[in-house]
Amino acid sequence: MIANLGFGALVIALLASLYGTGAALYGARKQKAAWVDSARNAMLLTFPLITLAALCIITLLVNGNYEVEYVASVTSNSMPTYLKITALWGGQAGSLVFWTWLMSAFAAAVTLRKWDRDREFLPWVIVVSLVTLAFFLVMIVFFENPFARIWQPPLGQPIKAMLPPAGAELLVQADGRGLNPLLRHPGMIIHPPMLYLGFVSFVIPYAFAIAALITGRTDDRWIRITRRWTLIAWLFLSLGLILGGRWAYDVLGWGGYWGWDPVEIAAFMPWLTGTAFLHSVMIQEKRGMLKHWNMVLIILTYALVIFGTFLTRSGVLSSVHAFAQSAIGPLFFIYIGLTFIISVALLLRRWNELKSQAQMNSMFSREALFLLNNLLFMGILVVCFWGVIFPLISELFTGQKVTVGPPFYERATGPLFAGLLLLMGVAPLSAWKFSTAITLGRSIWKPLLVSLAAPAIALGVGLRQPAAILGFWLCALVSAVTLYEFWRGAIARHRKSGENLPLALWRLAGRNRRRYGGYIIHLGVVLMALGIIGIEIFQTETQGTISQGETLRLGRYIMRYDSLANFDTRDGRNVARAVVSVFKDGKYIGELHPRRDYYYESQQPMTIPGVRSTWEDDFYVLLVDWQPISARGATFKVYHNPLVNWLWLGGVVFILGTLVTAWPDREPEGAVAFARRSQAAQARV
Amino acid sequence: MNAPRWLKQLFLALPTALLGCLLVASTALASPVKQAGVSDDQVNAIAKELYCPVCENIPLDVCGTQACAQWRELIREKLSQGWDEEQIKQYFVAQYGDRVLATPPARGLNWLVYLIPPLAILAGGYILYRAFKSWQEPASAEQAPVSAQTAPQDEYIKRLEEELGKR
Repeated sequence: MIANLGFGALVIALLASLYGTGAALYGARKQKAAWVDSARNAMLLTFPLITLAALCIITLLVNGNYEVEYVASVTSNSMPTYLKITALWGGQAGSLVFWTWLMSAFAAAVTLRKWDRDREFLPWVIVVSLVTLAFFLVMIVFFENPFARIWQPPLGQPIKAMLPPAGAELLVQADGRGLNPLLRHPGMIIHPPMLYLGFVSFVIPYAFAIAALITGRTDDRWIRITRRWTLIAWLFLSLGLILGGRWAYDVLGWGGYWGWDPVEIAAFMPWLTGTAFLHSVMIQEKRGMLKHWNMVLIILTYALVIFGTFLTRSGVLSSVHAFAQSAIGPLFFIYIGLTFIISVALLLRRWNELKSQAQMNSMFSREALFLLNNLLFMGILVVCFWGVIFPLISELFTGQKVTVGPPFYERATGPLFAGLLLLMGVAPLSAWKFSTAITLGRSIWKPLLVSLAAPAIALGVGLRQPAAILGFWLCALVSAVTLYEFWRGAIARHRKSGENLPLALWRLAGRNRRRYGGYIIHLGVVLMALGIIGIEIFQTETQGTISQGETLRLGRYIMRYDSLANFDTRDGRNVARAVVSVFKDGKYIGELHPRRDYYYESQQPMTIPGVRSTWEDDFYVLLVDWQPISARGATFKVYHNPLVNWLWLGGVVFILGTLVTAWPDREPEGAVAFARRSQAAQARV
Repeated sequence: MNAPRWLKQLFLALPTALLGCLLVASTALASPVKQAGVSDDQVNAIAKELYCPVCENIPLDVCGTQACAQWRELIREKLSQGWDEEQIKQYFVAQYGDRVLATPPARGLNWLVYLIPPLAILAGGYILYRAFKSWQEPASAEQAPVSAQTAPQDEYIKRLEEELGKR
């Protein structure tokens, strides 16, 4: 009965969102506030309803109600309870419900904000949010129902359906097929929710943008309202991407963190447009320019969010992530197309009103450099998008599938990423409006000079790879410029107020968290870039089959195969766990335990590396194969990944910087504005 | 109250020193193990650039399936027969089509994959250039670069204050 309850809740949620859409449209057209309020209540109602549905699924999962198809497909008796709960997003139908639940939470949160100053936006924000919600609910209720049960008719094959077919009886299985082993990892438990949170929270700024287009209130109000929403969305998306990388490194067993898999790219693309958006809205706020462009960026971000979900969920591309395949692809495709066309049509309708008396005084001004930054982000987006869809186009027109693999992306995006780092080094020193080559040169020469030490040292220690030397120089430049900016600000404040330096630095950052949080994010990117340069350019590997007591050498490291144990665990795995000793420069530095888990239920092996991780490098050992009896012993694959730990540290710094930027102001917005107005009035007097 | 010069220098020198250490640390480059016959590393060097049609987007050298292991054995066999990398790749292409290669071979429709991104970026650059042009006001009175005589530090403080005030 729990299944019926959950399904009922979903159906009511769908009806509520359809009603809310209609009521909001009617209320906005006829200027009837009561209808808009009713729509608002409907939107609020979807949250408890979908919460109830999600709780029903969790109950079924934990109780092991295997007559429900979804439960049987993602859980089994041997799984621990916490994995049964997280199996909510372990399969197609469940993750759609999870997506919808998060979306309804955000929609409910947005209805609860103070709307007094922005009443005219309200109905349209409701419409956009509820249409998105309704679309996903339609897919769940009609195509991917997590509550569908398996029925055995008197004759023939079992049927998957919500209601019993005539004469059929429930088919209760004794055990389920279990969760995909790749998903039974802490990283994978957190990674999808973070990505989904990032995805759904980008719907809110998009909803406000569309509301601004429809109502014609096209000043930068919508940007100011959604600034924090956008940052939060971006925070979660970044966190999701970083955690995904870490998960790949720890679990997928290929010595890397990012494989340019189409589904990774699917999550990366909205991040690219989102990042470009975060930069370019500043131009609109400061200079009143680029109103069209910001609309384009947020529309693209929304389209890419849905596209990303579509790529992951429709099985249109088979890849490591495409665990679930289904027939919802065409629906997604139509939805993306429709919303995109409507958004662009609305934008074109307001095109003239969005024109600004823009003027660009210098190619070296902050706004000009921000535009270049946007160009580079868009360039990376084009490479990614094209790389993902080209195999489909090729299949469509020639019938032959092709692979667009990492070499393509690396070659095409490498220079663009380098360009972004360069801009990250230069732009913070340029001023709005009036920077010229001379003023910019005057502020940059000192950090530039300091940064040249990095390539000098690199050449000095014998590095000859041009890409690495350039990369290290860019990292040094961004670090020097960013720290120089902190320094200049702190010293200026210190001189003016007499505060000691650390306090001056602290207060300075506190006064403009957006600016200095942004700089912290830049420093995080530099650290990540160091790790990426280390592993991408200097990674080495070797593989060999050795017997016990024999060794394998990789650079300064030697690895000795000591022993191997093979045993079954209670949660349905067969584990082969090797013990290897690692020596560096002839000195014993520790023991590693690479292992291979074989999951009986899903008949899937999983390779868990043994890793010795330091700030200098990672020594990463995989157990590729073993022969229990023969003398040849076991096959190991060994990677040497220099500097990779800086990638993870950079990720932490990056997230901390985003938190600093997004942290709520102590004073409410109105109070600050009031204080500023009165200050300005006093100054005039 | 001036901060001591050395402190300022230290502030800039620290990240550089840190980078230097990292660079030194990262120079350890390895040489692969030499074994009799065809080594796993020789096989993997080729397998790294091939993709089997079943396990999409997983390079052959790290793919764990039985089929991929057989492919790797095939590479080993061909290598021991004296085939070179190009011949082996062509052999797989002939058997399974272009999709076994990491990037599409540059011919026919595939040219698009290499041409579209640079063209799009160039077009974007051109649009940006045109936009810059149209935004530049001819000899605006507002465009008054600060004279070189002004002390740069004061100018900086002024700008910083202004920007912080605006938020």
